[in-house]
Amino acid sequence: MLMFIVRRLMQTIPVIIGVTFVVFFIMQLVPGDPAVLLAGEGASKETIEAIREQLGLNRPLLVQYFDYLTSVFRGDFGVSLKNSQPVLDEILVRLPITIELAFFSILITIVLGMAAGIISAIKPYSLKDTTVMIVALLGISLPSFWFGLMLMYFFSVKLQILPVAGWDSILHVILPALTLGAGGAAIVARMTRSSMLDVIRQDYIRTARAKGVRESVIIYKHGLRNALIPVITVVGLQFGALLGGTVIVESIFAINGLGRMIVDSIRMRDLPMVQGGVLVASLVFVVVNLIVDVLYRFFNKRIELN
Amino acid sequence: MMTENNKPILEVKGLKTHFFTKRGVSKAVDGIDFNLHKGETLGIVGESGCGKSITSLSILRLIPSPPGKIAGGQVLFKGKDLVTMSEDEMRKVRGNEISMIFQEPMTSLNPVLPVGEQIAEALRMHQKMGRKAAWEKAVEMLKLVGIPSPEKRAKQEPFQLSGGMRQRVMIAMALACTPEVLIADEPTTALDVTIQAQILELIKDLQNKLGMGVIMITHDLGVVAETCDTVAVMYAGNIIEHAPTEKIFANPRHPYTQGLLDSLPKIHEDQEELQTIEGSVPSPYNMPAGCRFATRCPHQQPICHEQQPELIEQNDGVKVRCWMYTDHWTAKSVKEEAVK
Amino acid sequence: MQAALDKKVLLEVEHLKQYFPVKTDSLFKPKAYVQAVDDISFKLYEGETLSIVGESGCGKSTTGRAILRLDEPTAGKVYYSGTDILGLNKKEMRKLRGDLQVIFQDPFASLNPRQTVKQILNEPMAIQDVVEKSKRMDRMLELLGYVGLPPEALDRYPHEFSGGQRQRIGIARALAVNPKLIICDEAVSALDVSVQAQVLNLLKKLQKQFGLTFLFISHDLSVVRHISDRVMVMYLGKVVEIADKKDLFDTPLHPYTRALLSSIPVPNPELKRERIILKGDVPSPINPPKGCRFHTRCPFATEKCKLEEPDLRELDTNHMVSCHYAEKFM
Repeated sequence: MLMFIVRRLMQTIPVIIGVTFVVFFIMQLVPGDPAVLLAGEGASKETIEAIREQLGLNRPLLVQYFDYLTSVFRGDFGVSLKNSQPVLDEILVRLPITIELAFFSILITIVLGMAAGIISAIKPYSLKDTTVMIVALLGISLPSFWFGLMLMYFFSVKLQILPVAGWDSILHVILPALTLGAGGAAIVARMTRSSMLDVIRQDYIRTARAKGVRESVIIYKHGLRNALIPVITVVGLQFGALLGGTVIVESIFAINGLGRMIVDSIRMRDLPMVQGGVLVASLVFVVVNLIVDVLYRFFNKRIELN
Repeated sequence: MMTENNKPILEVKGLKTHFFTKRGVSKAVDGIDFNLHKGETLGIVGESGCGKSITSLSILRLIPSPPGKIAGGQVLFKGKDLVTMSEDEMRKVRGNEISMIFQEPMTSLNPVLPVGEQIAEALRMHQKMGRKAAWEKAVEMLKLVGIPSPEKRAKQEPFQLSGGMRQRVMIAMALACTPEVLIADEPTTALDVTIQAQILELIKDLQNKLGMGVIMITHDLGVVAETCDTVAVMYAGNIIEHAPTEKIFANPRHPYTQGLLDSLPKIHEDQEELQTIEGSVPSPYNMPAGCRFATRCPHQQPICHEQQPELIEQNDGVKVRCWMYTDHWTAKSVKEEAVK
Repeated sequence: MQAALDKKVLLEVEHLKQYFPVKTDSLFKPKAYVQAVDDISFKLYEGETLSIVGESGCGKSTTGRAILRLDEPTAGKVYYSGTDILGLNKKEMRKLRGDLQVIFQDPFASLNPRQTVKQILNEPMAIQDVVEKSKRMDRMLELLGYVGLPPEALDRYPHEFSGGQRQRIGIARALAVNPKLIICDEAVSALDVSVQAQVLNLLKKLQKQFGLTFLFISHDLSVVRHISDRVMVMYLGKVVEIADKKDLFDTPLHPYTRALLSSIPVPNPELKRERIILKGDVPSPINPPKGCRFHTRCPFATEKCKLEEPDLRELDTNHMVSCHYAEKFM
């Protein structure tokens, strides 16, 4: 297991480097000149040129890239083009908030998704099952920004039981986490259902019944433990989608997280902020994937020992 | 291999299990009668589709329902009818008084639970043992079935054990609560021949120790000859011959049994060509009105196609379901047989 | 029964090895291999049926696959009519494949469920180009005739047939390109006894009719007895005994063969015989025992057996055994 973790960690290094490369060069394609934006309206050509010189934007791209790369490894993510604050500091302020949001969203994804999947699987093709699966289909199909706005409209504006925006109390968490987690929950529900249906047909379930085990124990002890193994992988993959979704949800609910920071920075062509944000988001994603892989191998000793 | 007490512990009377599907009704088991005594090994033998596995699943009411259903008959165990028992009472019987082991040890054990736990579960449930006591007994059971280093093995998961060992675990699990009947559904078909010999010996050994009745379901007549006291041959959902083992092999009555024995490649003899049985098994969705074997039978007569014969006991204790052994068989045809 | 065996050697296998690498978790542990087939040599004569018999993990199926280069062998030579086929390139090998056909065990898995019987039979003919397009239909009908299937079968799909019938389709497919050698890999193991009998009779008939050579891989000794001329017994990747059929069954010399024969349940309750029941499980082919591989389960093992691997020696006419003490069973 240890070797596996070490190997995986070593694999992440080229991944991270690749991410920085992609982000850097994609940002170059975005129209808009940071020097011009910084200089402001009606600035003279000389001023713009001077700013460009100062920021080192005149140098060949590859040189700029390598410069960036080496700084990153030193922990220096550069400074914001907007307010000259160190990028890393900004990120560190916002990261915990996004992590919290992601955590609660995943919780909803897992709990809601698995519960729905199990209910469906117990009585396949029944009314309950069909209803749940249709709701799940809606969950996957409806765009999160619309869903989020709808939730906000009903619960915050019409019913006034939940706050509209901000991030101060647990009440603030509910709607964003629901918005973010719903899509994942739908996928997990479908996955859990099909996995459970598959498991229930297996020989070892028949053996358990032949032993006289109660149906509820069969489902929860014998069935679920096997059925959830592939679901873990799906949850892990969902996390990636989730990170992407934070961008939208944080913007809608005015949450001061990493996603919103990235969006705002893109709009303002604040290249170092974008790079830093995406880099950190990628790191988080990689770490989460590693955890999921380790968990998967932990629960599934067969893969481990083979 | 001797039968003990005369009163049977299991009496199956007219058991019918049908499957109701879109294609129609499949009469997979259509009127089975047999008894099992303490210490007796009854072999239920037949080819694929004859209904032998469904019979055993029906006894324990493990038929998936829908689409299956026990459509008639009784299964009397210690005086009570298992067919009409409540599900709760049935659960107390399964794994406790009547146990079953299956064919595929690879897939019949839960892959994510340690094998010791799978045995202990039965003990905690049926014998109300505490965790520690159940675990200890589970380890003891592993030892009883001949698994070396049982304490270590008990903590392992099935994939860490070989096929033979997994089957031993299945046996340990089935016998943990000392049941009175063990149903073994093709227990050695998926195993190598040398391991098969070990497992069959183990089952016999434990049967003697625990005094169980064993129902051995198989398609392998060799296994039957080596392990069973009595044999019931099944064809297309019915028992067509039921007799003590020596009698079935020495003097098979039913043409199907004869055909089956003739088509076996003999390990101690050379044959130019193997005997075969013409035709194929009728579809369970469309059983013929008369004897189900009639179309393939070398001795078929008009009466065979009109009416199904009953399972009738002959003078020497052999039960056979065939018109040839009844008064309805026309003397003419018997003479023709003698001439041939 | 085969009359005089044609002494022409059709296939000669020399020191064949097939090792499969095993993934190890750590970067530091030495690479481990499943030694599925570990240095075996044998000859196959034209027109005969040689059976390879053994239990799971002995390497018999792997041998069959290695000969056909379905898995590339790790080492060794396979001479077909004098040419080492392991040295041929893809193009040359393809030409030869028409001569070397195979029938697999699982009649449900070895036929493409999306192809009609017509397509299944047409494919090998098209690839090997042995029959011109215009004559193919006739050939297909001919093939169906050989295996006892009606012409209507051509337009049906595999799932519409029973196991025995599907196996017949497999046989027809193998015959389509006029092979010389057919490897039957557990070809009747998945069939009911009565169907098995039909298919075995068919194979025997076709062998006579077309002068085929069979390499028959099976774990079922009664089937092997019926269909073989010679039998080769394998254990953990090694050949332990090769002999003419009668000799192997009447006077088995290797302790494993003797145990194997005695464990087979015989459908005769009157027969009293000495059962040799082996203890323990088959050792792992990743780490086979030193010396004679069978020593861990052999009731006669000595110190010598634990250290020295026995050679395959000829003890009687055509009867080769790999055991230090085989003489004592003669």
